[in-house]
Amino acid sequence: MAEASLQKKKTGFKIRLEPRLEEPPGWFPLFVSLLAIVIALILGGVVISAVGGDPIRSYQHIARASFGDSGVLSDTIVKATPILLTALACSVAFRMKLWNIGAEGQFIMGAWGASAVVLAPILAEETPRWFFLFVMALAGMLMGAFWGFIPGYLKAKFNVNEIISSLMLNYIAVAWVNFWIFGVWSEGGFQMSPKFPENAWLPRLLEYASAYPAFRGLTTHAGLLLGIAAALIIWLIVYRSRWGYEIRLIGDNPQAANYAGINIAANVIAVMMLSGALAGLGGMSEVSGVVHRLQTSPLAAGYGFTGIIVAWLAKLNPLAIIVVSVFFGALILAGREIQPSGIPKMIQGIILVSLIASDFLLRYRIRITRGEE
Amino acid sequence: MTQTTLSTPDTPLAVEMRGIVKKFPGVLANDHVDFELKRGEIHALLGENGAGKSTLMNVLAGLYRQEAGTIRVKGSPVEFHSPRDAIKTGIGMVHQHFMLVPSQTVTENVLLGLDDPRFFMRLPQYDEKVASVGERFGLKVDPRAKIWQLSVGEQQRVELLKMLYRGADVLIMDEPTAVLAPQEIEGLFDILRSMVAQGKSVIFISHKLQEVTAIADRVSVLRRGVSTASGVPSRGVARQELARLMVGREVIFILDKKPAVPGDVVLDVGSIHADNDKGLPALRGLSLNVRSGEIVGVAGVAGNGQTELSQVITGLRRCKKGEVRLGGDLVSNRNALFGIEHGMAYVPEDRNHVGSAPNLSVTDNVIMKNYRKPPVSSRTGLLDMNAAAKIATDLKQAYDIIAPNVSTPVRLLSGGNLQKVILAREISGLPSFMVAVQPTRGLDVGAIEGVHRLLLTQREAGAAVLLISEELEELLSLSDRIYVIYEGMIMGEVRVGGGESDEALIEAIGLMMTGTPIEQIRKEGVGAHG
Amino acid sequence: MDPIIILQAGVATGTVLLFATIGEILAERSGILNLGVEGMMLIGAMTAFSVTIATGNPWLGLLCAMLAAGLLSQIHAFITITLQADQVVSGLALTFVGTGISLVLGEGLSKAGTVSLLPNFSIPLLSQIPFLGPILFTKQSVLVYIGYLFTPLTWYYINHTRPGLNLRSVGEYPSAADSLGINVFRLRYFYVFVGGMLAGLAGATISLAVAPGWFSELTTAGQGWIAVGLVIFAQWDPVRAMFGSYAFGALRRLILDIQGPTVLLGFDNPFYYNPYWGFFLQMLPYAFTVIVLVIGSREAIRKRLGAPAALGNPYIRGERGK
Repeated sequence: MAEASLQKKKTGFKIRLEPRLEEPPGWFPLFVSLLAIVIALILGGVVISAVGGDPIRSYQHIARASFGDSGVLSDTIVKATPILLTALACSVAFRMKLWNIGAEGQFIMGAWGASAVVLAPILAEETPRWFFLFVMALAGMLMGAFWGFIPGYLKAKFNVNEIISSLMLNYIAVAWVNFWIFGVWSEGGFQMSPKFPENAWLPRLLEYASAYPAFRGLTTHAGLLLGIAAALIIWLIVYRSRWGYEIRLIGDNPQAANYAGINIAANVIAVMMLSGALAGLGGMSEVSGVVHRLQTSPLAAGYGFTGIIVAWLAKLNPLAIIVVSVFFGALILAGREIQPSGIPKMIQGIILVSLIASDFLLRYRIRITRGEE
Repeated sequence: MTQTTLSTPDTPLAVEMRGIVKKFPGVLANDHVDFELKRGEIHALLGENGAGKSTLMNVLAGLYRQEAGTIRVKGSPVEFHSPRDAIKTGIGMVHQHFMLVPSQTVTENVLLGLDDPRFFMRLPQYDEKVASVGERFGLKVDPRAKIWQLSVGEQQRVELLKMLYRGADVLIMDEPTAVLAPQEIEGLFDILRSMVAQGKSVIFISHKLQEVTAIADRVSVLRRGVSTASGVPSRGVARQELARLMVGREVIFILDKKPAVPGDVVLDVGSIHADNDKGLPALRGLSLNVRSGEIVGVAGVAGNGQTELSQVITGLRRCKKGEVRLGGDLVSNRNALFGIEHGMAYVPEDRNHVGSAPNLSVTDNVIMKNYRKPPVSSRTGLLDMNAAAKIATDLKQAYDIIAPNVSTPVRLLSGGNLQKVILAREISGLPSFMVAVQPTRGLDVGAIEGVHRLLLTQREAGAAVLLISEELEELLSLSDRIYVIYEGMIMGEVRVGGGESDEALIEAIGLMMTGTPIEQIRKEGVGAHG
Repeated sequence: MDPIIILQAGVATGTVLLFATIGEILAERSGILNLGVEGMMLIGAMTAFSVTIATGNPWLGLLCAMLAAGLLSQIHAFITITLQADQVVSGLALTFVGTGISLVLGEGLSKAGTVSLLPNFSIPLLSQIPFLGPILFTKQSVLVYIGYLFTPLTWYYINHTRPGLNLRSVGEYPSAADSLGINVFRLRYFYVFVGGMLAGLAGATISLAVAPGWFSELTTAGQGWIAVGLVIFAQWDPVRAMFGSYAFGALRRLILDIQGPTVLLGFDNPFYYNPYWGFFLQMLPYAFTVIVLVIGSREAIRKRLGAPAALGNPYIRGERGK
């Protein structure tokens, strides 16, 4: 038992760790997660003050810059949308203990696929908007799924570690997009493509400002609806469908799944493709809802990596991911103005660290007893 | 409580444990247990599974620390913080699961954890030293061989060698015969006797009465963490008395088994060949069949192809030659799903790692085989979780599964209850054929009875049951016929209840388990009683 | 496009991967998968560079880099060994933390100027050997020479010494090691620390020798991940890791050099005339990592060997029912 390694001898008191023999109460995991975030923010504050910053003001700034009024709240949601989709992508794969950390690359390839519809061009500029967007979303999901298929296939066929293969594909995706925007689709030698026609833009709230004045200047776009719809569908798949049951069974115990007659290799490929498609949809939503052109730096901004943390923080629950993405959207939005610029990334990392550390409390119970030892 | 203390003041006891208490969360494994070991004796520690024998000995071997109680070795009090401390005072334990690193050589395993050589591992000179220690005690094994290349019996010898090389005076053997064939057991007993003759003392953990009376000088008995007998001379005590001390009731349950009414052949295994995980041949032309309404046993020492046999039958392993037919349909080299859809049930030997998903709920675990069909699954591919929960609740009640509710993750269930979940799932599919591999391993007596009853019910309902087990008593009390497997081949088949005495059957099975084909046994007249 | 120069530079750049890969091999041999190599390398590169700027002493920078990365690795050790959490997620978290901290502390460092680098020198006599002399022993960084010594020593240490035996046992069958009094927890902490220090050394090798300077995340550009992949290709063997690392180093140099000449293999060089074709060259190290992974994984399947048996599993003492 772990107690042997963790027993601390103190005068009169003994700290013992015991494995939980029954499920902790329902509120407990949430409490532990919140505790982890609070501890992470404190730790982040320590680092910020260590480099000469003021943690209180940094956090105040984050809160004000992301939830202060409807304008910044809308910006927060814009930032949350790609995170929502990449986090969903990670959550389905992680549910099967398939460590797809290539959501970043799948996101970028999705953006490229959606852009290709405009830039190749696959559809003419005057194509009806709904059809344009539909094809772009499809192309984005297909490219993302393809980028997820590669590590999935290599895993299923040759047992290649998907962590590294999917990560390597992130770098390849960036180089691939760079090739197109530096060369083929470059606009006048700049490292970006021409701006998309407005038919290829996802609808934004500000378009309806004449009907609802409150929407003036709000950039929240329909990608949010795609994300929420995807979250609901993923919830249904994971918890209420045959396929989801297979995913959960493989994730918990692949040997048992094999024993139950489930084809694991086929599921590895299928889930990686689903995961890639979700990330790819995220890429489409970002390029069509925010950037409006193909360009590397705003797309390869680490949404895929943030998605990993968000998925984990939400305990892989698709509905919880919606809430957690907003929190991280705020962090990233405000982070753009915080100096030094690495702070949001560092805080994300610290949150993940304290989160997995705190999971220990879900498995073990800490008992402090008066002991003579 | 029987307390016999025969120590004389001038020869201090090799080991003296007093009032040992060891708790695990939710379990009091040892409740003020006393234990004494004299020099030069073989002392059996008897008890059922879960009685706390291994726990007590793990305390003595320094792996666990007791909450209360004292240990004296050769008269002086000791306090162990690690197994290393125990070994230093001359106490060595051979665990039930061997503590050997498979990828390393015998010598490397023997030298692990020692101070000599201090840094540079110049193995050849130590190979010689290890071999010479082995010779002294009659433990023949090649010091340069890698562990994974050795048979189970050889690995056990390496374990003993490891302890003797460290100069252990007290050897604790945890269920050493569980992995051995009857004839190999004799060999082990010879080794133990020669060790005792050279001044060593042996603690022999077992739950098998006949072994205990055959090898031990004295016996101590544990029941549910409490000592019920301490150091009784094994010669003077009746087996029934020991059984009572061990189980806590006079009558051992006798299965009420109706005569078999075998029907058509349901499972037909025709000379199959298959490899094991290492790519070495595990099954070599094995054939057997099972008819409806009978339980057919497969006896054999662990590692002779039993696991692979069950996997080939259930479609989880490819066979290279031969075929398996279920009710006429070819099932080998298809996939597990085909068998499941054609009425095959499978109780795997590893209930934690193969038969269940530990973090999923009871409900999720009981629908593992029928989630593809209504009422659990709808035509759209969605699951009706209410229907699933109802099935789980019904099974929980029918099979008396003890769990807070059906959404409890099964990792929180006891071994016996987990096995009930698996059996409930497999039986509720109304199988025409069932493979059960070691279905009672590690369960306590009450749970074993329950499992046995369920298997007999299956037989009476007309199902064909293939029972693969290492427990001869279990096979003899349940089976109608028994095949004996050795190195992936069937050595022969015996009929149970055909007039032969159990002793004669055990003798014949034992010979086959060590590689003597039945024809030879018949010719030489060993099994001529029947 | 001189093969000698490419190989010479390959050995130099490959030394980065060499240290990181061997560090990860040691950690994984003890049973702990640490995916945080990239983060630890960044911490190492940043620390080495900033300490060297502040003190002018690159050796001090090197030492601090190793200590800083080693300390960072202990977060992973605590989470996975003591708290028994999932090693994959914890390793990812470590990469985030390492990257984040190095970005925060390295803010402005890229403009801080140049530093005194670790010495480069040729080895007398050995540098005269035809072909190998100019590649291996001419004007290489002292760290490259350290790499030459380090690889065989590590190999010998793992396979032929008592601590090496202990290390292998802890990674293959921890309860066996524990039953003989080997402290599994302590050894795992130790080798995660060593792995961290070597990742720090790898980072310092970049910023103080191979590509001096601090360029935030681009300093390592995924080499930490390539190192993790190389471990699998190397089948946890330091000697194979050395060849893999140098090959990757040579590839990096080749990619740079191939874009220079106007004529390539008798044709107009497309990478010269259309520089954006160079992005395909940039993909190569990553694509090769995937290929190398496939090779390593197939070999593991064929030979039915592979990772240390206990890799990725927390050791829980006296686990019941196992």
